[in-house]
Amino acid sequence: MKQLTYDMIKGTSFGYWTLLGIFGVLIAAGLGSAYYMETNGHYVTGMNNQIVWGMPHVFAVFLIVAASGALNVASIGSVFGKTMYKPLARLSALLAIALLVGGLAILVLDLGRPDRLIISMTIYNFKSIFAWNMILYSGFIAVVGIYIWTMMQHNLKKYNRAAGMGAFIWRLTLTTGTGSIFGFLVARSAYDAAIMAPMFIIMSFSFGLAIFLIYLIATYHLTGRPLGDVIVNRLRKLLGIFVISVLYFVLVYHLTNLYLAEHSGIERFILLDGGIYTKVFWIDQIIIGSLIPLLIFYVPVFYKSRLMLSFGALLVVFGGLAQLYVIIIGGQAYPLQIFPGMEVSSSFGDGQTGNYTATPAEILLGIGGVGIALAAATFAIKILPFLPQSLANEVVDPHSTPTT
Amino acid sequence: MSISRRKFMQAGAAAVTGAAIAPGIHLVELAQARSPEEAASTAKRWGLLIDSEKCTAGCSFCVDACHTEHNITSNNRPETDAQWIRKVTAKDPDTGYTHYLPVMCQHCEKPPCVDVCPTGASFKRADGIVLVDKHICIGCRYCMMACPYKARSFIHEEITNQKSYVPRGKGTVESCTLCVHKIDRGDNNTACAEACTEFGNDAILFGDLSDLKTEIAKRRKTEPSRQLRSDLNLNTGVRYQGL
Repeated sequence: MKQLTYDMIKGTSFGYWTLLGIFGVLIAAGLGSAYYMETNGHYVTGMNNQIVWGMPHVFAVFLIVAASGALNVASIGSVFGKTMYKPLARLSALLAIALLVGGLAILVLDLGRPDRLIISMTIYNFKSIFAWNMILYSGFIAVVGIYIWTMMQHNLKKYNRAAGMGAFIWRLTLTTGTGSIFGFLVARSAYDAAIMAPMFIIMSFSFGLAIFLIYLIATYHLTGRPLGDVIVNRLRKLLGIFVISVLYFVLVYHLTNLYLAEHSGIERFILLDGGIYTKVFWIDQIIIGSLIPLLIFYVPVFYKSRLMLSFGALLVVFGGLAQLYVIIIGGQAYPLQIFPGMEVSSSFGDGQTGNYTATPAEILLGIGGVGIALAAATFAIKILPFLPQSLANEVVDPHSTPTT
Repeated sequence: MSISRRKFMQAGAAAVTGAAIAPGIHLVELAQARSPEEAASTAKRWGLLIDSEKCTAGCSFCVDACHTEHNITSNNRPETDAQWIRKVTAKDPDTGYTHYLPVMCQHCEKPPCVDVCPTGASFKRADGIVLVDKHICIGCRYCMMACPYKARSFIHEEITNQKSYVPRGKGTVESCTLCVHKIDRGDNNTACAEACTEFGNDAILFGDLSDLKTEIAKRRKTEPSRQLRSDLNLNTGVRYQGL
């Protein structure tokens, strides 16, 4: 294997600053939306007393889940000893932190009282999985930060494996915690399932790797660095397996629910007659977000084009957002079963499907979080050596034939 | 008219005795209320017994009384307006039999909202009343996700003219307090139960579930009643009859 050298990107080109400027505009739009929502109150959003978590939460949970998944590439290298992944470890860890920060920013800015953030960081109810998550999220940034340090500081290399193992265990715990936010909600038909936590872990593998692949291809293309087929193909096949695994978990989740008479209502709602949620499930999550990407990842005429491959990964991201839309918003839209078996009505929407239409402010707040993640990562690769100069085939795999 | 010495002495003694006892009687009345320094006691468990057979369609005295008591006003946006108590119509699709009943916070012994609240703003008092501390609620709405009874409202817009005994504010979550301010001052009833008795159908009974001498405890012992979502085993303070 050739000597691997990391360096910073120059980051002086017009293109670089334009890109950073675009991310800046996204962030500004997100902050503006948050300000608009906070000053007027949440009535200006699509959220209400039945759909209490909306589009901001879809983006936030997606980014948080993807964050732990983005770290996977590093874990495969340092925990499971797959040397081919090691050159990607720094970028993997960087994206993990950036995505998490973006997701948390959305969550905080959507709070009814974001000015009380300090309270949530100083007063804990340890029976709440949310309180645990606050510790898990802030701890994740610290643990992955140390992991990056052991990769970059020469005399700390001996601690690299231990730090990598620590980060790996931490990320599994973190995603379990995120899945449990929903898995612990006994009252709601869509959520009361232990499979939520492992399903969120496998979702994180898929979403995180999809973002990693897009970011890797885009960065190496824009900076003119060599990126060989060996590493890209390895990541492509892995992403395909993750997409199939998510489908498997979705299948098991629905089959289990279909078997239980008490859950037949929510299953019918999501799979058959839930209107927008049924459409988002079948068209956006399953067809556009899973089956078409699989076609792209496994049919040579598609995956040989880097642009097409990135598009496939982008569809996985879209499918992930759709999946979280169905889980988070569809799960709330289905009415609470306070009187099982009865036809119920009230002035408070009892027995009725909840109304929700995401407003531009909510979508912009979500995109603002994506902007924070992208801006943070794009700025970090300019100031610290995260990227290998080359990821050509002969660099990542000594047995491969040289890149032509 | 002359008054005999004996009668004068008798009247005087009665007046003195009355003057001596009267403050005592007053003190006995005051003893019902807790002083602000005194903590709520686990010796009590406040709750409601609601008879859906008595509750009728179209009657909303309980809802109106609650909203007047706590100054909960509408902005004509039913999806985001707060509702601490609402009238629910539940119809059996097989028989067509229809129940009418008010639903509010069920004041669970094991409240899911309290379990999930990250800051501990949702809490249960020693006497079983589930409340939100508006000073540390961050408005995350996780309690609303967790509540099986849809009992909580998020304050979606600015509110004004709050009552001094009901702290409320934009960006926080709230729900039925079981008229905790009335309990603490010794009223020994809630606004909804008072209104139902006085103007409605006497379908709501308030009382101390743990004191076997109270009417609510006696009725719960001798008449059938049930919890909503009893499968969740939350041991609610609000029980229903006729369902």
